[in-house]
Amino acid sequence: MDLLEYQGKQLFAEHGIAVPSGEVASTVEDAVAAAERIGYPCAIKAQVLIGGRGKAGGIKIASNRAEAEQHAGAILGMDIRGPRGEGPFRVDQVWVEGGSDIASEYYASVILDRSEKKLLAMVSAKGGMDIEAVAAEEPGALVKEHIDPTRPFDAAAARPIVDAAGLADDVCDAVADVLAKLAEVATNEDATLIEVNPLIVTADRNVVALDAKVTIDNNSLFRHEGLAEIDAEAVADPQEAMAKEKGLTYVKLDGDVGILGNGAGLCMSTLDVVAQAGGAPANFLDAGGGSKAEAIVDALEVITSDAKVNAILFNIFGGITRCDEIAKGIVEASGSLDLKVPLVVRLDGTNSEEGLQILAEADLPNLHQEKTMLGAAKRVVELAKADAAA
Amino acid sequence: MSIVVGENTKLVVSGLTGREGSFHGLRNRDYGTNLVAGVTPGKGGQDVDGVPVFDSISEAVEKAGANTSMIFVPARFAAASIDEAIDSGVETVIAITEGIPVLSMLNTYWKAKKAGVRLIGPNCPGVLSPGKANVGIIPAQFFDPGKIGVVSKSGTLTYQIGNELKQAGEGNSSIVGIGGDPIVGSDFIDVLALYEADPETELIVMVGEIGGDAEERAADYIESDVSKPVVAYIAGFTAPPGKQMGHAGAIISGSSGTAQAKKEALEAKGVRVGESPTETAQIAVEVLRG
Repeated sequence: MDLLEYQGKQLFAEHGIAVPSGEVASTVEDAVAAAERIGYPCAIKAQVLIGGRGKAGGIKIASNRAEAEQHAGAILGMDIRGPRGEGPFRVDQVWVEGGSDIASEYYASVILDRSEKKLLAMVSAKGGMDIEAVAAEEPGALVKEHIDPTRPFDAAAARPIVDAAGLADDVCDAVADVLAKLAEVATNEDATLIEVNPLIVTADRNVVALDAKVTIDNNSLFRHEGLAEIDAEAVADPQEAMAKEKGLTYVKLDGDVGILGNGAGLCMSTLDVVAQAGGAPANFLDAGGGSKAEAIVDALEVITSDAKVNAILFNIFGGITRCDEIAKGIVEASGSLDLKVPLVVRLDGTNSEEGLQILAEADLPNLHQEKTMLGAAKRVVELAKADAAA
Repeated sequence: MSIVVGENTKLVVSGLTGREGSFHGLRNRDYGTNLVAGVTPGKGGQDVDGVPVFDSISEAVEKAGANTSMIFVPARFAAASIDEAIDSGVETVIAITEGIPVLSMLNTYWKAKKAGVRLIGPNCPGVLSPGKANVGIIPAQFFDPGKIGVVSKSGTLTYQIGNELKQAGEGNSSIVGIGGDPIVGSDFIDVLALYEADPETELIVMVGEIGGDAEERAADYIESDVSKPVVAYIAGFTAPPGKQMGHAGAIISGSSGTAQAKKEALEAKGVRVGESPTETAQIAVEVLRG
């Protein structure tokens, strides 16, 4: 789960990292009221989960009430695309914060390096720009050091990393303190990525986090009540929201072939073979291990609620999952849901003969059985194309 | 021979008194695995279908001679349970549990390394050595004893490939599910080394997926240290960046971890990569039979 800037800053503040004070607002009136309380100049910043907001016009400085109103009005409701065309992300909230008098812009981050199985701390004197570009053009400008998992990482342990980055001498202690606290956020809040860009030095030599990019490990939400609430309230795509409510692992994609598989790997592989057969998957849906009939009904409901879907593929290789349960679910769903699109079913593995028998007896219209994964992929693509043409 | 589990495995199951733990633990025993104990704190002295239950893994090691531990406890308690297993004196820990926080696993990973304990998983289907022992949730009926070693991040994808190999008349020395989490106890490289040293294994099938760089590292390792033929499959060519595809580790972050990059890295080192599970099984059979 990614946090919005203001949520990340709240987390920073809880761990003693200095952040500008501010308020979140979702209407122009609230944003202006916040600006009036905070004073001018203030920054009005779009709260979206994508980088490059500034370039996209999502961050503006207001020097007075009229400007605050104008900028908040322009930013709220705008669609922002990421630097690689991601999105669009609709801006529902802005963060209004006091203007900062910036002397220097640095970069600091702590991320989980899964290859090394350690946290990686990074510091650079070249903050405020795309850090990947900085690293590519001038590798020496970004200092990277793994954190020893067997020792405490305090400001003293962080100091050599900071010293190597060539920052102003008088703020090295303060930056080392911030770096140690970022590692504390990672460990205590289960954050797998924490990036501060820029980490600024103000004119009066204070070190302040001017931005916050934080990713929290979803597996840890059981031990973070506040973060779990943020996750529950996060606005998702309608199908993704419905799937989340039903406890299904679903990812929406752009195509028209609905997909259900059991197991993450087999499901990913199913998307791939459908694409190889010339089709475009509409979703990833992992029914999981040991799925019962009710889960299949739920899954079909989610898949068919996407109006783009022209045909559906069920690719099941039963291990713990029993194919007869899947078949029962399909029969049940076709009774309770109005299935308008063709359904291609491939059942193999545990109890596949019983499953195929159930489907044969139900004799459902619009249901096509295939014996192999590749045959099923070809068939569903043909049917989706025929359906799209009709 | 086989790797990780076999005739000498003496299994203790943490969570044996739970629904899933008892179902799979007893299935493992029915397959022929030497299930010597279960562990549930506070339930010591009970038994599950004749298998003695102890309060701690150490006690199971001491009193029942367990050398392999399987972790089947809920995610929120699982890392502590793996830690307990590492301290208990078993040689191998196989963690099936899905959903363990990754920063907990970071500490547990280093604890296992330091203790010299082999950790497989978490979030994995376990290890099967056909005809000898099954520890975990792999449905054994799709695998026969044979010469092909399989190592995989994904459970169902492995069953799919295993079944195709079986239909082609080939079997497996072992099947190792390493798990789909960002931090797992054993990577492809660790398992490749075991297969390289295993006289029964003549060919290795490696099943990877998007996320991380374990496949790329394995490619380098295969070139320098593996003399046996390796055939690979990678899932997730159509996965969009930034979206987690089921497994916690299956996410393309930035420009790294794509299926295409993994395929290219493996092919550059002479590893043949199948386009589909079916083609991968076909290539494996073709290479094995020369």
